[in-house]
Amino acid sequence: MLYDALIAPFIDFEFMRRALAGVIALALGGAPIGVFLMLRRMSLVGDAMAHAILPGAAIGFLFSGLNLFAMTFGGLIAGFSVALLAGLVSRVTVIKEDASLAAFYLVSLAVGVTIVSMRGTNIDLLHVLFGNILALDDQTLLVIAFNATITLLVMAVIYRPLVIECVDPVFLRTVSRAGAPAHLAFLALVVINLVNGFHALGTLLAVGLMILPAGIARFWSRDITGMMVISVVSAMISGYGGLVLSFQTKVPSGPAVILVAAVLYIFSLFFGTVSGLLRQLFPGRHLEA
Amino acid sequence: MTARLTFRDITLGYDRHPAVHHLSGEVTQGTLLAVVGPNGAGKSTLFRGIVGILKPLAGQIGYGGITQRDIAYLPQSVDIDRSFPISVFDFVGTGLWRSTGMFGGLGRKARDQIAQALAAVGLNGFENRSIGTLSGGQMQRMLFARVLLQDADVIVLYEPFNAIDAKTTLDLIALVQRWHGEGRTVLAALHDMEMVRAHFPETLLLARGAVAWGPTPDVLTLDNLAEARRMCEAFDDTAGACAADHERSQAA
Repeated sequence: MLYDALIAPFIDFEFMRRALAGVIALALGGAPIGVFLMLRRMSLVGDAMAHAILPGAAIGFLFSGLNLFAMTFGGLIAGFSVALLAGLVSRVTVIKEDASLAAFYLVSLAVGVTIVSMRGTNIDLLHVLFGNILALDDQTLLVIAFNATITLLVMAVIYRPLVIECVDPVFLRTVSRAGAPAHLAFLALVVINLVNGFHALGTLLAVGLMILPAGIARFWSRDITGMMVISVVSAMISGYGGLVLSFQTKVPSGPAVILVAAVLYIFSLFFGTVSGLLRQLFPGRHLEA
Repeated sequence: MTARLTFRDITLGYDRHPAVHHLSGEVTQGTLLAVVGPNGAGKSTLFRGIVGILKPLAGQIGYGGITQRDIAYLPQSVDIDRSFPISVFDFVGTGLWRSTGMFGGLGRKARDQIAQALAAVGLNGFENRSIGTLSGGQMQRMLFARVLLQDADVIVLYEPFNAIDAKTTLDLIALVQRWHGEGRTVLAALHDMEMVRAHFPETLLLARGAVAWGPTPDVLTLDNLAEARRMCEAFDDTAGACAADHERSQAA
């Protein structure tokens, strides 16, 4: 019975195994990025970037139809442009990063919507905008795995300057020039992982598998290594749980994954050992010292 | 004595408005210099210029055989995101950046150095605490520990004793004296004139330009302090281009 519900779908159907491999790759790359987005108070930046990707994907679609490489490439270019421009403007002028990003992503979104509507309605495009993790082909799966690998490698390279830039950016500027490149590389990784996510979850929900696991991790760990591990694990659990839920019910796969993550998030909100609500309601007697 | 820092007619500021205006002078090696002046006198701007965070609008800063990277800077603690989950040990360890760089690991020797630095500022046993749990004084001690690890020739301290209790101030002043004894060049922006008189042999009284610069008793006179307050006019949105620069560009 339990076997039928939890394991059999993956034994019996290849598309479920592909989907599982896909979400595991997404979790490995996206969740650590989400942790840094959260710690840098950039959680909503992910959301903004997801919108910024739209015109690139739409242009890719215009040129070559429903070709994932073209759409990925277009999305990357649009996302990079917005991320780099916003990062540059905030570094050079007094405009803060959130404000410059908001300006650029709105422009990008408007361009994207214009392109989509000029082409007329198209169900295929909608399909890609909302993603379909149950229809990953070999190529797409390889792209996702490749992007996740790149993400982990680049994160390993920029980890130290990225952490210092978060805690004490002034100090980093006095000892090294690595701050700005690390920051830009990080923004690039955000874009790569969003594009990665839109194959599976769509542009609108892609950011969910980055931010929700990061939020979950915050409730269980006080140090950044612990947070990254917990976020990856909870993203994988969400992915697996979402696939099972979607297989057994009529819930579409993308939202199912995010809904499972949301359940974990709410559970953590109440029972988390670090500032969880129950902890705060029943803190226990105060300590000696 | 060799000059460690040479200000050649530097002007530093934001958006063309000078905060430090035509400052010239030399800081020789081994100097223990207090930089004092009213709020808005340009102390933090000058320090940001020295450590290379801010480019001069005009003029040059000479570094007498060292580079900006050889300067340790103690920032205002407001610049630090204290909610970030990093331990005291790791934070102080970033002071070893020059030897570890982006990838170098922390060997046994480095770990000992970090432990010694923490002990020197009285933070033994705080290694695994996250920086968000520190009090203001402990935070300041931690920042001093990092400067200690940076082992720099020139040390620039921005208001290091603000909102710090007497005990902590004494401990940290002792550290400053130790650096001075080791022949390092130390600059500190300060507000407490009594402390400057007691511990700092040389003073720069700044009010956008130098009002006075020399031995502390000669600098901290009532006349000079009044002059400094007078010179700190407000940032004027309608100010014209600086005449001194204009003359120079005509001459050139």
